[in-house]
Amino acid sequence: MLSAEIKDKYELVVGLEVHAQLITKSKMYATDSTEYGSLPNTQVSVLTLGHPGTLPKVNRKAVEFAIKMGLACNSEITRKNIFARKNYFYPDLPKGYQITQDKGPICVGGEVPVTLADGVKKSIALTRIHMEEDAGKSMHLAGEVDTLVDFNRAGVPLIEIVSEPDMRSSEEAYAFLVEVKKLVRYLDICDGNMEEGSLRCDANISIRLKGAEELGKKVEVKNMNSFRNVSRAIEHEFERQIDLMEKGVEIISETRTFDATTGTTASMRTKEDLNDYRYFPEPDLSPVVVSEEWLESIKIAMPSLPRELHHKFVHEFGLPEYDAGVLTDSKEIALFFETLCTHTNNYKAASNLMMGPVKSYLNELTLHIEDFPISPEKLASLIALIDDGKVSFSVASQKVYPEMLQNKDKTPLEIAQQLNLIQESDEGSLKPIVDSVLAENEAKVAEYKSGKKGLMGMFMGQVMKKSQGKADPKVATKLLSEILDN
Amino acid sequence: MKVDLNTVKKIAHLARLEFDEAGAEKIKNDMTQILDWVEQLNEVDTEGIEPLTTMSSEVNVLREDEEGEHLSHDRALSNAPQKDSDYFRVPKVLE
Repeated sequence: MLSAEIKDKYELVVGLEVHAQLITKSKMYATDSTEYGSLPNTQVSVLTLGHPGTLPKVNRKAVEFAIKMGLACNSEITRKNIFARKNYFYPDLPKGYQITQDKGPICVGGEVPVTLADGVKKSIALTRIHMEEDAGKSMHLAGEVDTLVDFNRAGVPLIEIVSEPDMRSSEEAYAFLVEVKKLVRYLDICDGNMEEGSLRCDANISIRLKGAEELGKKVEVKNMNSFRNVSRAIEHEFERQIDLMEKGVEIISETRTFDATTGTTASMRTKEDLNDYRYFPEPDLSPVVVSEEWLESIKIAMPSLPRELHHKFVHEFGLPEYDAGVLTDSKEIALFFETLCTHTNNYKAASNLMMGPVKSYLNELTLHIEDFPISPEKLASLIALIDDGKVSFSVASQKVYPEMLQNKDKTPLEIAQQLNLIQESDEGSLKPIVDSVLAENEAKVAEYKSGKKGLMGMFMGQVMKKSQGKADPKVATKLLSEILDN
Repeated sequence: MKVDLNTVKKIAHLARLEFDEAGAEKIKNDMTQILDWVEQLNEVDTEGIEPLTTMSSEVNVLREDEEGEHLSHDRALSNAPQKDSDYFRVPKVLE
């Protein structure tokens, strides 16, 4: 273990490359299906398998998806796009080259704003986002002499999101990934599932002495299949590189693979030690020109982005940052909440209902909000009951709401009436209860009057008990203090 | 442009080709000649001219995102030098 003192001398520098599989029906340059989980080598065509005499053709939707991501990250959209061949031999790439973009990626620059746990906001700059195709899947099974290859994935459209080396901690890298995942899901261009490989991340990690200008030699780490593993790998590399530096051993620029069981990285020894991709413009594809018109039509179709909704929730609805963060965590929840708020003005009660009872119901049954049995309108009418003083928030969420989940036909008001939950908020009906509570507790009343103001809670409790929870706390407090404080 | 033997070796490796000594010498001379010939293009003044990336002037030859023809599993595997009922088999690439 490194001492904190030694560790403190160094600064961690991380840049991420995120590959996001686009959810198109067909592949990037061919018409094979992209469905996940089919039998091996059943979604392949002559093009995917690199047979001679075949010509690729670009999937329009994939281009639009890439542009959407660029717009969401405030990147500049390249108007004239050409594709490039990246040449290398590997069995998962039958053509002998990957069709990607080299010079002139579709999105240039841009940024992904992140909020860290302590509330600090930071913007991670992007270098580029480019379009390319996925490779096949090779399996190196233990005890098997051969490598097995499945080409179903070969040719599936990808965008590669490349960040600048802007991150200074594993927490920042984690926050960046969370944000990228949120974006692709809001845009509906990638399902963002890292475990299934539809979102993949390589990390470029280096260290330098604090205050140093020059970047250290970077190590590229692959094979991290969860956000947590990305941050574990970064932590491990940080320490490993400091350790080498402290021992005076040179850090070599290399590719390392992360082992999730040990939490360590190891050098990847592949038979390809000489990387020279000899990029050149892809002669089989004509340029893709993004006209003003096309770009405009994509802009118009852009959904609300998480940061836009977050901003709306905080600034228009007056919700705390925390609430806005929780509510915009998933697009579906955010949109449901947005609709809910068109039916009520009590945004905080709406937020509390969403973050509490609604989310816990969904979590408990592992349901999505699409399957939630209560419509936003109906949930709003529950909030109206609270606003009208007919039920308290706790009665609404603990008694009426569970019944609403069971009984779709009844209105919250009907349920509250049926369960006899309507709050006693007229002073006339509460007065006798208050009087009897005070009469039964004469000694306590005397104590209160002599200064033990803390007893108010006890009186309230008694009133609530006697009214079977139906006393409107505001009215009850008023009545109690009218008598006790005079 | 003079091609040396190291360049031949590197290019051969990237293309997965093997040359014996005499072959390497011959290909070195061939490559030098080819490059010399192509180098004539340098005589043309290309100042201010955008690089040519495709021979056609077409742009936006795009496909709608629809599934189309693909190969049956058996036909897909039929030309593979090595295969099993599911997979293409290749010599192990990762130790």
